Amino acid sequence: MSEMAAHHRISAHRIHAMVLRYWYLLMSSWPRLLELIYWPALQIITWGFLQNYLSQTSGFFAQAGGSLIGAVILWDILFRGQLGFSISFLEEMWARNLGNLMMSPLKPIEFLISLMLMSLIRLAIGVIPMALLALFFFNFNFFAIGLPLIAFFCNLIFTSWSIGIFVSGLVLRNGLGAESIVWTLMFGLMPLACVYYPVSVLPPWLQYFAWLLPPTYVFEGMRSLLIDRVFRADLMAWSLAMNAVLFIASFAGFLALLRSAKRHGSLLGGGE
Amino acid sequence: MVNHDAMPMPSSVADPAGSAAIDVANLTKLYKTTRAVDDVSFRIARGSITGLLGGNGAGKTTTIAMIMGLVLPTSGRIQVLGHPMPEQSADVLGRMNFESPYVDMPMRLTVRQNLTIFGRLYAVPNLAARIEQLAADLDLKEFLDRANGKLSAGQKTRVALAKALINQPELLLLDEPTASLDPDTADWVRQHLQDYRKSHDATILLASHNMLEVERLCDRVIIMKRGRIEDDDSPDLIMARYNRATLEEVFLDVARGRARAGSP
Repeated sequence: MSEMAAHHRISAHRIHAMVLRYWYLLMSSWPRLLELIYWPALQIITWGFLQNYLSQTSGFFAQAGGSLIGAVILWDILFRGQLGFSISFLEEMWARNLGNLMMSPLKPIEFLISLMLMSLIRLAIGVIPMALLALFFFNFNFFAIGLPLIAFFCNLIFTSWSIGIFVSGLVLRNGLGAESIVWTLMFGLMPLACVYYPVSVLPPWLQYFAWLLPPTYVFEGMRSLLIDRVFRADLMAWSLAMNAVLFIASFAGFLALLRSAKRHGSLLGGGE
Repeated sequence: MVNHDAMPMPSSVADPAGSAAIDVANLTKLYKTTRAVDDVSFRIARGSITGLLGGNGAGKTTTIAMIMGLVLPTSGRIQVLGHPMPEQSADVLGRMNFESPYVDMPMRLTVRQNLTIFGRLYAVPNLAARIEQLAADLDLKEFLDRANGKLSAGQKTRVALAKALINQPELLLLDEPTASLDPDTADWVRQHLQDYRKSHDATILLASHNMLEVERLCDRVIIMKRGRIEDDDSPDLIMARYNRATLEEVFLDVARGRARAGSP
């Protein structure tokens, strides 16, 4: 029994080693650091000015109190969270280091946990300056959302990890030829997740599909908070429940794809 | 073709049941319709150095990858250090290690950073001291704090060897350990492997195209061709069987389908 427990024990030591590996990499490369800040900053500036313009021309946007900027920041949490996860994973493919890791005592779950932690670190480096820019340039205090922000953040980050885990599995199985999925898959969710508009805008039949996505509840919840000043806990609970299902499915998918990669010998090459 | 069930192990490499470092039985790997490895069986004694010889596509790398758990066999059984693989890989991976020219260490990280990370992954005690010791043994001291990507091929190989030895493995799997190295560095690596085997009573399985290397290092040679074992014995006995003075000549005989001495 205790032997079995040891067999399945997750090692904080190994997770720490992997986080250290990505941290060393990040600190050794200023372009990598700059990239983390550059795009989010560009996004917030562009959309912030658009929000300002719309506020001047439309009474609704003047009242909506930063719902557009809020959506941009939340979308970036979702997108950058997944990218932070997936890029750390891709670094191993690009470095041809995966064989070393797979042959080491590092367990898949430990590898994934280290990627999740790195996604949080990379996200913090990108999103905190973004939120500060929103505050100083557009007078939108993202952190003033308060406790609901924690619910929004947790749900979005869970979705981003789920997508990241599944996409990493696809790259493991299919090699770097599947790399483009890392960059584009999340954008496929964008129209249905209703980032910038309410779900009611969609045709009724499409709304059913929209409500199948956990982020839809978050963006709807954000609009409810910023426009109607109502925090919809029910939406967050739904999002969390769907995220739990998505996360388990993604993890199972990753393990299945890893097994398939081992069956097909994909881990030996890792190339195109 | 050698029948391994019937053929007694050479005395120098025979090992009693249960004490083998690697025990492979009826191992087969099918990629769609291609038989990369075809019903291969062998046992590797603890403390021995065994060479897997064969041309491109002979099945050496796939065999080693299956032993490491990187590739799942289509059928057959693998035991490493007494544990079935890949089922109990968690019990074994910390006691083995590998090196291959087809796998790199992260280029942007310094040698010390790389060794620190792998040392932590393998839970090496007194890691800083172990890194210093490896740096002294493998002559890495002057570039410990240099990025791996800025090293020469020979220096990178020494770093990869340091990574492979960081946990003082009982079992070392090497895929062409001296590929693309100049003769001096290659000779140095071979000497170090021999020293390591002696000092740690370690088992080494290496795949190589370099016949001189195999002759010099290995107690035993397994020759593979088209996924099957063509011959399996000590280098001297194999050369005698083919009536050849070098393993290279034996290799050419096997590759070109020439029969060994005494064959009908």
